[in-house]
Amino acid sequence: MHDSAEQTTAEHDKPITRRQTAVYVYEAPVRLWHWVTVLSVITLGITGYFIGVPLPTMPGEAIDNYLMGYIRFAHFTAGYIVAIAFIGRIYWALVGNSHARELFCPPLFRKRFWQEVGHELRWYFFLEKTPKKYIGHNPLAQLAMFFFFVLGMTFMIITGFALYGEGLGQGSWADIAFGWVIPLFGQSQDVHTWHRLGMWFLVVFVMTHVYVAIREDIMSRQSLISTMVGGWRMFKDDRPD
Amino acid sequence: MSQIETFYDVMRRQGITRRSFLKYCSLTAAALGLGPAFAPKIAHAMENKERTPVLWLHGLECTCCSESFIRSAHPLVKDVVLSMISLDYDDTLMASAGHQAEAILEETIQKYKGKYILAVEGNPPLNEDGMFCIVGGKPFLDQLKHAAKDAAAIIAWGSCASWGCVQAARPNPTQAVPIHKVITDKPIIKVPGCPPIAEVMTGVITYMLTFGTLPELDRQGRPKMFYSQRIHDKCYRRPHFDAGQFVEQWDDEGARKGYCLYKVGCKGPTTYNACSTVRWNEGTSFPIQAGHGCIGCSEDGFWDKGSFYDRLTDIHQFGIEKNADEIGTAVAGGVGAAIAAHAAVSAIKRAQHKGDQE
Repeated sequence: MHDSAEQTTAEHDKPITRRQTAVYVYEAPVRLWHWVTVLSVITLGITGYFIGVPLPTMPGEAIDNYLMGYIRFAHFTAGYIVAIAFIGRIYWALVGNSHARELFCPPLFRKRFWQEVGHELRWYFFLEKTPKKYIGHNPLAQLAMFFFFVLGMTFMIITGFALYGEGLGQGSWADIAFGWVIPLFGQSQDVHTWHRLGMWFLVVFVMTHVYVAIREDIMSRQSLISTMVGGWRMFKDDRPD
Repeated sequence: MSQIETFYDVMRRQGITRRSFLKYCSLTAAALGLGPAFAPKIAHAMENKERTPVLWLHGLECTCCSESFIRSAHPLVKDVVLSMISLDYDDTLMASAGHQAEAILEETIQKYKGKYILAVEGNPPLNEDGMFCIVGGKPFLDQLKHAAKDAAAIIAWGSCASWGCVQAARPNPTQAVPIHKVITDKPIIKVPGCPPIAEVMTGVITYMLTFGTLPELDRQGRPKMFYSQRIHDKCYRRPHFDAGQFVEQWDDEGARKGYCLYKVGCKGPTTYNACSTVRWNEGTSFPIQAGHGCIGCSEDGFWDKGSFYDRLTDIHQFGIEKNADEIGTAVAGGVGAAIAAHAAVSAIKRAQHKGDQE
């Protein structure tokens, strides 16, 4: 039985089947970073929205309330966590496996990369019947991750700490490290405006990211959501890429 | 000159007693936020240093800086240091006019080459070769450049000279620019505000006259002693902000109780000035105390940031005026609709090809 199967393969000169159904892609620090960032970004988005457009007025005396104080505290704490986690993630890009680097350096000058981006785009426009298999990110995802997430997050961290430095005061670490951002944009209110636009930029990223992750998990040929939990990429078929 | 003329000499000649002089020194030390130990230092400086003349030029402006300045709460600072001693030329305040006035300007520039302080109120328009502002028959731009050439330091009074203010607001037909765009080789101290607080103006000038150095400046060239904190940081309504208690409408209970004006567009959290500490008109009040939000008049381009009653700035880059939340909601809504449509098509496609792939 086993012999005859091999025989048929040789006879019809079929491509060699890759019998690999699971690859370890996301190491523990990457997964931990992902979920820490998820929680922080949700916190930052909600608290940030209410810092810009506060909730209805609290009843009672001022001494009995500290709502804005708590909201701002949550925002600043989540901001610190997301920034430190982001630095940790950059460190892991240097020491981790090759998939840990995908986010930060998409091969923008490789022709094949752009061809595959084109293939992915056609797949999303329902012009390709079958998607390709990818162990890490597909090229389109890699591109989106870089331009939406990495650049967006960097922008939010820099403008965020510049605004935070205003509260800490002149001469504080945040003012020394990021205070230059404020005259660069014009004045404080301009930085606030751009930070607000950055929030909406990340909201759009999160919406797209979650939708695409669920859709790919269902329709593509590999696992997605479980991969970010357990780290292993499962393939659904044995056909070649 | 056989003997140098000090501030103290001039003061005594004006009939100021030594007792009043010493009082003035302690008052100035306090106004500048210096410790008591600095009062004798100020006295020493005034007794021994040659007086520094101040030339005060007026460009494209509304003269609100001068109006503020002559209401300074410390009359000694205003009358003695500036009107009597040091203010050699100020065409709106001085008694002389016409050729006589212009001659004094020229004389001071020659006599105190490299030593005088140039204070500029208003700014130069560059369009049409500066013809939108003529002083003494010549464009203000020329007068400014001429007076700046031999100045020791330059003070930019108000938001006009510091940032451009209303005449530089869009579309800026006269092409008015802040003075740092035309004077690039001299230290410029920005004292923004529309107008700046009188005590801040006299404080800055007294500091420079007595110590002969510039006050410590921040990144944007503003004296740290008055512009290092936001209105919001020292606002007496700040506890209501932290508590989450806001004025929602101008006639609501919150407005009567003096809640935070953040939601009705107060620009205190983005405005660097000393209003909430020094206050105005001899420390009587300031806008927020009077029940109106800060409009951010000491910030760069405050006329172009949309409504005074909205926290979110209008963004003009998209052709129509929208703020960040309006743009964000529209984009997120559009992306949401696209996702829903894409998901629907995906589901249909999948149903059609069910069984094909496996």
